[in-house]
This record gives sequence, C-alpha cells and structure tokens, in this order.
Amino acid sequence: MNISYMYSLIAVIVLFLLAYVGVNFPGGEVFFGIIIPYLALIIFILGFINRVIDWARSPVPFRIPTTCGQQKTLPWIKSANIDNPTTTGGVVVRMILEVVFLRSLFRNTKCELKEGDKISYEWEKWLWLFSLTFHWAFFTVLFRHLRLFTEPVPACVELLAKLDGFLQIGMPGLMLSGVALLAAVTFLFLRRILIPQVKYISLGSDYFPLFLIFGIAFTGILMRYFTKVDIVGVKEFTMSLVTLNPHVIKGIGGVFYVHLFFVSVLLAYFPFSKLMHLGGIFMSPTRNLANNSRAKRHVNPWNYPVKIHTYDAYEDEFREKMVEVGLPVEKMIAPETPEEPEEKE
Amino acid sequence: MSELPKPDELFSKIDHRPAPKGWMDTPVDIRRGIACYASNPKSVEYVGLPYPRQWSCFDEDWQLPENWKEIISKGFRERLDRFRSIKVFMDICVRCGACADKCHFFIGSGDPKNMPVLRAELLRSVYRNDFTTAGKIIGSIGKTFKKIIGARELDLQVLKEWWYYLFQCSECRRCSVFCPYGIDTAEITIMGRELLNLIGLNIDWIATPAANCYRTGNHLGIQPHAYKDMMDFFADDIEEITGVKVEPSFNKKGADILFITPSGDVFADPGTFTCMGYMMLFHYLKEKYGFDITWSTYASEGGNFGFFTSHEMMKRLNAKMYAEAKRLGVKWILGGECGHMWRVIHQYMDTMNGPADFLEDPVSPITGTKFENAKSTKMVHITEFTADLIKHDKLDLDTSRNDHLKVTYHDSCNTARGMGLLEEPRYVIKNVCNNFYEMPANTIREQTFCCGSGSGLNAGENMELRMQGGLPRANAVKYVHEKHGVNMLSCICAIDRAALPASMEYWVPEVDVTGVHELVANALILPGEGKRTTDLRSEPLPGMEDDDAE
Repeated sequence: MNISYMYSLIAVIVLFLLAYVGVNFPGGEVFFGIIIPYLALIIFILGFINRVIDWARSPVPFRIPTTCGQQKTLPWIKSANIDNPTTTGGVVVRMILEVVFLRSLFRNTKCELKEGDKISYEWEKWLWLFSLTFHWAFFTVLFRHLRLFTEPVPACVELLAKLDGFLQIGMPGLMLSGVALLAAVTFLFLRRILIPQVKYISLGSDYFPLFLIFGIAFTGILMRYFTKVDIVGVKEFTMSLVTLNPHVIKGIGGVFYVHLFFVSVLLAYFPFSKLMHLGGIFMSPTRNLANNSRAKRHVNPWNYPVKIHTYDAYEDEFREKMVEVGLPVEKMIAPETPEEPEEKE
Repeated sequence: MSELPKPDELFSKIDHRPAPKGWMDTPVDIRRGIACYASNPKSVEYVGLPYPRQWSCFDEDWQLPENWKEIISKGFRERLDRFRSIKVFMDICVRCGACADKCHFFIGSGDPKNMPVLRAELLRSVYRNDFTTAGKIIGSIGKTFKKIIGARELDLQVLKEWWYYLFQCSECRRCSVFCPYGIDTAEITIMGRELLNLIGLNIDWIATPAANCYRTGNHLGIQPHAYKDMMDFFADDIEEITGVKVEPSFNKKGADILFITPSGDVFADPGTFTCMGYMMLFHYLKEKYGFDITWSTYASEGGNFGFFTSHEMMKRLNAKMYAEAKRLGVKWILGGECGHMWRVIHQYMDTMNGPADFLEDPVSPITGTKFENAKSTKMVHITEFTADLIKHDKLDLDTSRNDHLKVTYHDSCNTARGMGLLEEPRYVIKNVCNNFYEMPANTIREQTFCCGSGSGLNAGENMELRMQGGLPRANAVKYVHEKHGVNMLSCICAIDRAALPASMEYWVPEVDVTGVHELVANALILPGEGKRTTDLRSEPLPGMEDDDAE
C-alpha cells in the first residue's frame, strides 16, 4: 500500500467528516460557514503575495532562457520569434502560449525501447490534453461561481454558464465543465498510480490536492443535480460574505458546508504547496526572458570582482619558453649582464 | 576500472520501471563505471578552492570537514537568495513526470534517480526540510509525515547521493524544453555542484582541467611553446595535403580579430582536423581579403570547466577572453566550435566580465554584415561568420571533395537550447557537402540529445555511464546510418568531438565524427593550392584512390 496516497485520501475523508459532522454542533455553521472561509481567504491572499514577493526578492543574475527554436542572427535566416524570442513582445506571446495552452507540455513525447535495439519517441498528447482540460474546466467552474458572489450577475458570467450548459441535458442543465473537471482529475490521479515512473515520484502532496479537488467537484455536482441545494439560500449566504455582513442561513445542508470547507482548505493550503506554480510560471527565468543576451547587456546586481590569473603573471611564468619559439612578449628578457647575476634564474 | 558490458548487454539491461521500494528508502550505491574519480588536491589548491584533500568516492569516509552540514546549509541559503531560478524551481514542480523520459541518462540507464524530476527532488527534499514553513511544521509531526511530503534531513547518505547523481547530469537542459514551467535541471545541478565544491567534493575531470586552464590558459595544460609547436605541426600537415603553407599568427597586437576555440581541437583527433580547418579558412581570408586573425596562447581555451565548478570559477576562467582582446587591441572576438563555451559566452560572459566597451561592434569587413545579435558581447560564432561568407559567395568551394561522406548533424545541447544556433551550421554543411541527412525530428534541434559526456563527465573511469548517456544520440545516428548510409556525424562542439567517437565506436562503429570546419576546409579551394588527393585525414578523395596507391 502506498502511504502517500492512502494518507492523502484519509486526510480528505477526515476533512469531509469534520465539516459534515462539525456543522451540526452549536456554532458549527458560523465556524465552517464564516470563520473558516474568511480565514482561508486571508491566508490565501497574504500567503500568495508573500510567496511571490519572496521569489521576487532573489534577483535573476543571468539571462538563461531555454531556447526552443532558431535564434535571431543573420537577416536571411528565419528566426523563431516565439519559441526563441528576442523582444518583450515575443516573450509575452511565449508566456501566453505557455500559461493558456501549456505549450511545453504539448511537445511531450514518450520514449520506448523497441525490439532489437530501436528507441522511439512518440508524441504523447494525453497528459497535455487532460492537463489543459483540467485547468480550463477549473477556471470555467470558478468563473461560473461568480454568479453567487455578484449582484447583478455580470453578463459574461451568464454567457459562460449558458455556453457551459449548451447541451441542455437534464434539469438543472448539465454543466460540461464540472464533468470535465471530474474526468480530468480522475485521469491525473490514475496516471499517478498506473505509470510506474510517475508513481515512483509522486508524493503525498501530489495526491492530496487531487483528492481535495475531486471532493470539491464531487460535492458541487452532488448539490446541483442530486441533493438540489437551496440555491436562493446559498446566494443569500454568499452575498452576505461578499458584503462583509456575514450571517448563516438555516437549512442549506451538510454537503454545502463540506464543499465550502474543501474550498477553504484548498485556499489555505495553496500558498504552501506546489499549487504555487500558478504564480511561479510567470517568474521562471528560462521562459520569461528574451534571448538577447549577446545584443543587450544583462546586469547581475551582485556581480563581484574575482581573482584571475593575469596575462602578466602568465608571461612571467612562461616568458623564456615563449621567446624561444618566437611568440611575442610584453617584457623582453633582460640581456644577460654580469653586474646583476641575482636576476638570473 | 570496471568491465564495460557489451552494447547489446547494456541495451537489454535497461528497464525503465523503477523498483517497488520508494526512492528515499533506496540508499545510494556508488558504482565503478558510473562514478568519476575525486579531484586531485593539487588542482583544487592551485585555484584556491576549499578543502583540498586526497579522498575517494568509493571509500566509506570522505574526510569531510567537521562542520560540513553547516557549510552546505549556509551555502544553500546564499544561493536561494542569489538565484531566483533556484528558489522558484525548488517550489513549483508538480511532479507531472513530463521530464522523466527526456533525460539521456535515464533513457540509457533506467536508474530512476536519473529522471530529472527526481534528481531535483534529491535537493528539494532537503530544501523542504530546512527552508520551508510547511516542511518544518509537518515534518515536526513525525518521520512518516516528512516522507509523505517529500522532506528529509541532510545526512552523509544524502550527500553521497547528491554527489553521485549530480555528476550524472550533463546540464544539457533537454528536460527544461518539456517542463511546463521551464524548470531547468542544469540550474539545479550547477547549484548542487557549487555546494559540493564548498566542501571540496569535485571530480578530477573537472578540477584539473579548470586548474590547468587557470594557469596555462587551456584545459590540457599546454604551455605556450607547445601550443605553437602543435599548430606548426598542423601547418606541415596542411602543406602536405594542399601544397600551401599556412602561417597562423599568435598573440599578435593590432590584429583585426582574436580567435578563441577549445584547446581540445589542438590536441586530439578528430578535433585536430577541425583546427586545421580553421587555420585554412583564416589563411584563405588573409590571402584573399587581408583579414587578419590572431590566436592567443594566454586565452587558448574556449571551453570553461569553471562552469561545472561554480559561477565564480566560471567567471575567473572566462575573464581571460576580454582581458586578452583588450591587451591585443583587436576589434572583436570570433569563437570556435564548442558547446558549453558558447552557453557561457552567450548567456553569461557580458554579464560577468563586460561591458566590452573597448571592442567595436562586430562587422565582417569582407561582406559588410553587421552582427547585430552580438553587438554588446562582441563575440561572433564561427558558423554565423562562415554562413555569412558563403551566403555572400566569398568562399571558393569544391563540394565534391566531401562526396565520400554522407553527413548528419548533431546539435550540441548548449548551442541548441542556450542560443538557438540551429540553421547556421546546417547552412554551412549543406553548402560544403552534397550528402546531408537529418536524424529524426525528436532527436535534433531543441530536442537534441547530449553526447553523454558533457559538463565534465568525459572521463575514462565512467565509461559505462557515458555509453548509457550516449545511447539516445547514437541510436538516432544508427537510424540514419541504416536508412541512408550516413558515415559521418558532424558537430560544433569540442566535447562532442572528444566523446562521440567513443560512443560511435561502441554503438555504431561505422560512423566517424567531424567538426563542421573540417568539412569546410575539405571543400575550400586555397589560393595557389595543388591538386588534392586526400581529405584532411589523409584519406583518399573519391576517384583519387589510385593516385594514393602510387
């Protein structure tokens, strides 16, 4: 049994029980509905900012982009202005492709040793496809939830919800993003336990957020389609949080508090975890710098003088040998003069 | 030295599925054939690096300084504060595993700790334990929890594991092409090796070349007179082959250009033929266009083994380039074919040792081309320079003199992923050779594979490691060899020219290795030359086999 995912799974189950049972205790609704969410949000915001500032405090001493295409050199050679950018504009496009479409992951290949002595590297699109699905679905779900935190609901939120539910299956209408999120999380989990190398490198901190997000999506779907949560009550409650006039609404149900608690845990966990790749991707020096270090000088703020072996010291050591083979020297060897024998070696 | 397994044995032994036991519970087993010998204390001492001593990685006791943990911990903190790359890369990896099968050492060895992600986790685990809030809090609950979040304490076993695996990474950056966050294992290896150097743990194949370079100007420790002798010897060879006497100039004040290339090319085949190629090209340019290029014995090394030691050592060795250019009063610098040398020049030199305001913006006086891309660093890559000459039809070429060769091209890691120098060498090759074939797309350009011996791992005692790491490249060569009859692997890296012949001999014995400028010189028609019957290797040209027998 793999302790990493067992402990993570247990942790999420414990969190579930905590909220599901705890909310029934006196003051439970206030605790899980108001105190915890506010606290989590504060931890998330401050933690996130703190982490980014901490990264930013360390300088980028050298310009080290990983170049993934032809450099810009001679005018008649076509350069890859995005995969090997030399301008800020190029870098921006490269970053957009990276952040929005997971450009690098799109390149993924799978190496296989074949019969005999062949090695093949085939394009491997599934990790890219499901990661992209995961992130986009998560974003869509999040964005749709703005309808619970705004009054009136902005038109773009309504529009996205309409697009998301365009299949018009069931009542209430099926939202594709929720299903996609669940499917993608499931895929990401399965590959962690089924691909031997990925299983080998996976830590508890890789399984925990997956289970947590699975829990969030699952409880969300449960509320929407099965337990049919009192959506009017929920909105009244969420608006009370937004307007900083929090009060609990009776009868929303345990699943809602579990959902909210999971989200809170995710928020509070975020700044201390690998999930910070959300901020980190923007700070990665191999991606966010232009490859123009030979055209434009990059300055290292902590550059310091170092001890070097000077030409003079070099010539002093080898002067005689250099002169012997006719290499030019700075200081000729003094002609032998009997008056100064101590200068001779 | 351990016995090197036969190629088919080595290949059939590879298993990419890791053992069921977790990596933290698998102690490091330092094997002969994989590990390199420890640095010679004299070399460490010569450049003034700490804790020179006689030690061996195969001994139980590495004779570490008493307070080694403290030194490492302090060094780690300093580097986190100096390099954003390290800090971010320590924090944001999600262990998606996209990098796992991109590393040539993992592909060739199947050792799971050669997966880039795990190589980084070796350091990250200590980072989590010592430098993160979450690691400290969760770690304090108990050992099991520590393991679950991937944190562990630095102890002797961990240190040995660092040493063993940080010298099984060639800093090729292939993983960083595929990483969705651009996490660059080279950065992690560079920093890890810096930490190891703080307590005197280097390998001799890095420490001694670095010390040699510091003293004599080049890795091989060739003294100035010997350097000139070797070049004179090449000049004799060239005269024998072409009938033309070339006369390279050395340390010449007031020359137009200073030329710097790896010293390996002056010393060992097949690099020597590339060196002869440079000499012939420069002779041609002097005769035809009066372009005056000088070589330096003081800055007689392009490569930089300091780069594999520490950022500081890199700067100390690299400083000679600008110092010599300034002393000689040249206009700008031309750089020869080398991989990591060019990473250092392109991404570090100007920042470390610039600004080079005493030099002029590089312009080719022959074609009038301004090398805008090098206007700050003022150093131009020789394939950029030669491609420009060919484009402007400034070279007389007889491409048929390379007709006995079916050529493919190996992008060296650093010029591909640290510059993007992809088309220039191809343009040159295609204009001097008639038979050129590319290797499969996933093994060239930014996806190129390391020769298997980069970043100072080109030693003799780690031959098994080198053959493992060389497998992916060799396998792709084998593919074009079988498909198109390719018999010559060209490259623009001195380490490649030193390492690939061994790898080819082991995996694809029918293929030789050449530098691009050897091919150029084969085709280049020197003013006043006689009829050539052989190429630079003194092998008969096509149709000249009989002449040779006479």
